[in-house]
Amino acid sequence: MFHFYEAELIAAHRYKHRLYLKPTTKIPTPKKEAPMTQAAPQSTHFWQGNEGCAEGAIAAGCRFFAGYPITPATEIAEHLAKRLPQVGGIAIQMEDEIASLGAVIGASWAGAKAMTATSGPGFSLMQENIGYAFMTETPCVIVNIQRAGPSTGQATKCGQGDVMQTRWGTHGDHAMIALSPNSVQEMYNLTIRAFNLAERYRTPVVLLADEIIAHMREEITTPQLKEIEIVDRKKPKRTEKTFFGSQDIPPMPAVGEGYNIPVTGSTHNETGHRYTADPIVHRKLVERLVGKIERNADQLIEYEGYNIDECEAGIISYGCTSRAIYETVELAKKEHIKTGFIRLKTIWPFPDRVIQRMAQNTKALFVAEMNLKQLFYEVKRAVEGTVSVFPINKIGGGEMITPGELLSEIVRRTRNLD
Amino acid sequence: MTEKFSARKYLRYIKLPFCQGCGGLTVMNCFLRAVHELSHKDLSTFVFCSGIGCASWIPSPYFKADSIHTTHGRSIPVATGVKLVQPNLNVVVFGGDGDLAGIGLSHLIHAARRNLNITAIMVNNMIYGMTGGQVAPTTPLGAETTTTPYGNSEYPLDATRLVVAAGASYAARWTTAHHTRLKEGMKKALKTKGFAFIEAVSQCPTAFGRRVGLKTAADMLRWFKENSVSIEEAEKMAEDKLMRKIVVGEFIHREFPTFTDTVYEVMREARNSA
Ligand SMILES: Cc1ncc(C[n+]2csc(CCOP(=O)(O)OP(=O)(O)O)c2C)c(N)n1
Ligand code: SF4
Repeated sequence: MFHFYEAELIAAHRYKHRLYLKPTTKIPTPKKEAPMTQAAPQSTHFWQGNEGCAEGAIAAGCRFFAGYPITPATEIAEHLAKRLPQVGGIAIQMEDEIASLGAVIGASWAGAKAMTATSGPGFSLMQENIGYAFMTETPCVIVNIQRAGPSTGQATKCGQGDVMQTRWGTHGDHAMIALSPNSVQEMYNLTIRAFNLAERYRTPVVLLADEIIAHMREEITTPQLKEIEIVDRKKPKRTEKTFFGSQDIPPMPAVGEGYNIPVTGSTHNETGHRYTADPIVHRKLVERLVGKIERNADQLIEYEGYNIDECEAGIISYGCTSRAIYETVELAKKEHIKTGFIRLKTIWPFPDRVIQRMAQNTKALFVAEMNLKQLFYEVKRAVEGTVSVFPINKIGGGEMITPGELLSEIVRRTRNLD
Repeated sequence: MTEKFSARKYLRYIKLPFCQGCGGLTVMNCFLRAVHELSHKDLSTFVFCSGIGCASWIPSPYFKADSIHTTHGRSIPVATGVKLVQPNLNVVVFGGDGDLAGIGLSHLIHAARRNLNITAIMVNNMIYGMTGGQVAPTTPLGAETTTTPYGNSEYPLDATRLVVAAGASYAARWTTAHHTRLKEGMKKALKTKGFAFIEAVSQCPTAFGRRVGLKTAADMLRWFKENSVSIEEAEKMAEDKLMRKIVVGEFIHREFPTFTDTVYEVMREARNSA
């Protein structure tokens, strides 16, 4: 068995290449793709959302990917398996999603920008290690391409049912950063932003996309690499000794650099040493970890807004569902209803303030999402009863909420309010 | 190797967490001796990954080194990420039998299958020690534990043979009663290019020994000695005679391209063809 194994190992991929070189076979000219290692000129492509995400990761400096196949996220792994080695990176398939995020965490401590990609079932398996990455302040990006759950649900159909899991999925007190793209362009842009936020705040960041955005194809423009803002984690000075406190966002050494860092998911003091009985140490640590995200909410929150300060009906939406709001606004105009919207690009931390701003001058807010009222309650919490909030929901079969459906709900509710 | 051995140079000055007579201390001592005899002045070229459990405390935070104390059972995936990104570091995993052969078993098998070039040291105390003595996948048939009050109705797992079958480069099992051979095994494991596995059968008088009539560490060590048989002897013995025995020795030692070898080879080829 061993001889076979060895021969196989040595010959495996060489053999594959030699096959192409058989005289009868025409040698395929490799497709020239702009190598992302050099600054590629600004260019336009017709990409799938998952491709946009994978290329965004490479542009952001991601050099390690570990994943496990799952619809509808698999294309990210497939694309990175091809592209990462070309730019000196590593893409591996692990035995499950727990191991995938584990390897990403190890790679991050070894100094690499690292990412994994999955969907609901895998995201559920990752929850324990997401908490670990949060507690140990390990920058990493977790892409969740949402599909219709719970459980295996409708595996190939779109859903937006992981919004609250993203916020609260792992146990214990914590804060999360989650970004929500609504186009292929944003799959690219927000993946870069996810890496930048992970590196800047030393925390895991979730790119919370959905099947529709991940699988559709659109035109996308990639800027010149030198025009992209890239953030790298703060490295310690030689004399520094505290990598787990004393500043809001401490510097992060890598293993092998001589700092002798003890990394642990147990409660630890500023030098990383575990303190599992002292109430003050726990309070200080967890409050800092939550606080560094909550206090920076203004920097983290991004949204697209329209008529926020004066509209009769305000729509709040995100991801694939939010693609219907533009037409809804036009349709409502014809019905003489002035409509505005907030399209969330950052879901967590939740943008309370802009929602409250919209609530001041509107009759009603509408929360449209492909789940059974997940962000709806969050909006209700934010507006504190100052305005009526109505849910617009649809699940199953990957069917989107149409502009017509949005409109009829808006018409019905706003007219009733008169 | 003229310098006298002192574990102190590798350790932080923190009180160790182990019970009196715990085999974890022997494993720690054997490992540091192995490191010393391989002429490592310090642990600066090492990264330690461990999970959750008493055995996982051996390196972290007590070793003066980089250590990543992961979630329960996930030390090997984390070690995989570290090793792939920094292939020149010596990555060593410590864990209990529950950690590596229970909750984390699939990672152990796959690391062996990939021939991931790390050393994994499994401290097999045949019990879940840290949580107070529940049945483990390595607990002998019939043994009383807190969750098998009428005796264990499951057969124990032979983790060493399992990693051999999965493709490990090096695998050996010794007990804490064989500390010289355990240390020599660790030296070989550390020098092995591919996946190296050491199973250290170890005494846990607190959570296991006292429940099976072996009250002290000395009783347990005597039990290990009396019941250990070498691989060669075991081959000549009938299956039923082996029931209560601990087969010790070197199960495999072979070298072939490692996971980082092939991953980096793929990377070189991809870069050249890009
Ligand atoms: C996911 C998860 N489940 C359960 C536990 C509780 N737990 C902590 S240590 C341990 C068992 C450790 O046993 P073993 O790995 O054999 O190590 P030992 O303490 O015996 O050295 C368990 C079950 C945990 N920490 N995490
Ligand atoms: S409980 Fe057992 S394994 Fe844990 S420290 Fe005590 S003797 Fe060692």
